[in-house]
Amino acid sequence: MKTDELVSMLARGAEPVPTDAGRTRFRSALAVAAVTSVALMAGTLGVRPDLVEAARDPMFWVKLGFPALLALGAMLGSWRLVHPGMKLRRVVLGIAAPILAMALLAAVVLWVSQPEARAGMIFGSTWYICPPTITMLAVPGLALMLWMARDFAPTRPALAGAACGLAAGTLAALAYSLHCPEMQAPFIAVWYLLGMLIPAVIGALLGARLLRW
Amino acid sequence: MTDLNEVIVEVRPPAAEEKLRKLLLAGLGGDAAAYHAFLKQLSVLLRGFLRGRLYRMPDEVEDLVQETMLAIHNQRHTYDAGQPLTAWVYAIARYKMIDLLRRRAGREALHEPLDDEAAIFAKSDHEPDDARRDLERLLENLPDRHRLPIVHVKLQGRSVAEAAKLTGMSESAVKVGIHRGLKALAAFIRSSDEDR
Repeated sequence: MKTDELVSMLARGAEPVPTDAGRTRFRSALAVAAVTSVALMAGTLGVRPDLVEAARDPMFWVKLGFPALLALGAMLGSWRLVHPGMKLRRVVLGIAAPILAMALLAAVVLWVSQPEARAGMIFGSTWYICPPTITMLAVPGLALMLWMARDFAPTRPALAGAACGLAAGTLAALAYSLHCPEMQAPFIAVWYLLGMLIPAVIGALLGARLLRW
Repeated sequence: MTDLNEVIVEVRPPAAEEKLRKLLLAGLGGDAAAYHAFLKQLSVLLRGFLRGRLYRMPDEVEDLVQETMLAIHNQRHTYDAGQPLTAWVYAIARYKMIDLLRRRAGREALHEPLDDEAAIFAKSDHEPDDARRDLERLLENLPDRHRLPIVHVKLQGRSVAEAAKLTGMSESAVKVGIHRGLKALAAFIRSSDEDR
C-alpha cells in the first residue's frame, strides 16, 4: 500500500472524535481509585476512632494536605505524560514543591525539639507498617490508572507509569491518613513519602512494559 | 545531525503550523476532506522529519512514515487543541522512531556500515519511496470482525450502513470493528516486525 492510499484509507468516512471523552475517562479513573483506596482502608483497617478530636489538631490537616497537594502534581503529571508532546515544567514544580515544603517543616520541628525526642518523632510507633500499607491501598488505583493510560499515547512509558503510580500512591496515603494515629511532621515527611514513592516505582517498572504502543 | 531536512522541518513557519492545526481540528470534528488534507500534509512533514534522522536506514523511512501515520490516526483523540500541533506530531514520530531503533538494535549491530552518502542524495520529502511492508497484506491477518469493516468502509468506500448489511454486523459493531481493527493493525506491525 502506498502512503497516499493509506492517507485516503484513514480519512475515508472518518467519524467525529468526541473532544472530552479522554478527560472524562481520566477523571473517572482517578475518582474510582480514590473511592477504592478509602473503601479498602475503611474495610480492612478502619477509620481512627478519635477522628473528630484529631481534626482539631492542625497537624492532622498537614498530614492530609501533604498527600493532597502531591496528588495534584501527580494528576497533572499523569495527564500530561499520557499526551504526546506536553510540557512538564509545572509537573516537576507541582511534585517537588510539596515534598520540599514537608521536608522543611520536618527539619524545623526536629531542630526545635529535644535531641532525645527526635527519634520518636521520626519513627513514631508504626513506621514499619506505614509504607507497605499505603502501597497495598494503592494497588487497585495503580492498576486502574495504568489501564486508563493504555487508552492514551504515552511517549515516555516508564515516566507515565511512575506518574500513574504516584497518583495512586497519593490517593492511598490520603485514605491511610484517616486511619493512621501518627501526628508528627518528621514521620509524615519520611514514611508517607516512602509509601507514595513505592507505587511510583512499581508504576515505572510496569509502565515500561505495559504502556508501549 | 543537522542536515538540511532537519533544518527545514524545525523552522517551519507558524502559518504552516496554524493551517495544519485547523485542518486537524476540522477533521476531528468530522470533516473528512479536511482530515484527508491534514494527513496528506502530515505525510510530507513526517517524511522530512524521519529522513533527516534515519539517514542510515533510508529503506525504513516510508514504512515508518506509514506506521507513524497509523499511530497518529489511532491516537488522534490525544491531541489537545491548546497545544502546538508540531510538538504533538514530533513527539509521536520520535517515539515511533525510537521504538523502531530498539526493535532493530540487535540486527543493526550485525551490518552496521550503511552508505553514508544516502544523506547527501536524500530526495526531497515530497517523494515517497516504496513502502516495503504492505499494510493491505497485513490486514489479511486480522479477524473478520475487524477486517471486513475496514475493507468495506475504509478501502472500498462503502457507508457504515452498507457494510453492516453486507456483513450481517450491526452498525455500531462495524464502527467498533474499524476502530479496534486499525489499533490491532498497529499492534500487528510492531509484533510482526519483532519476528522479522
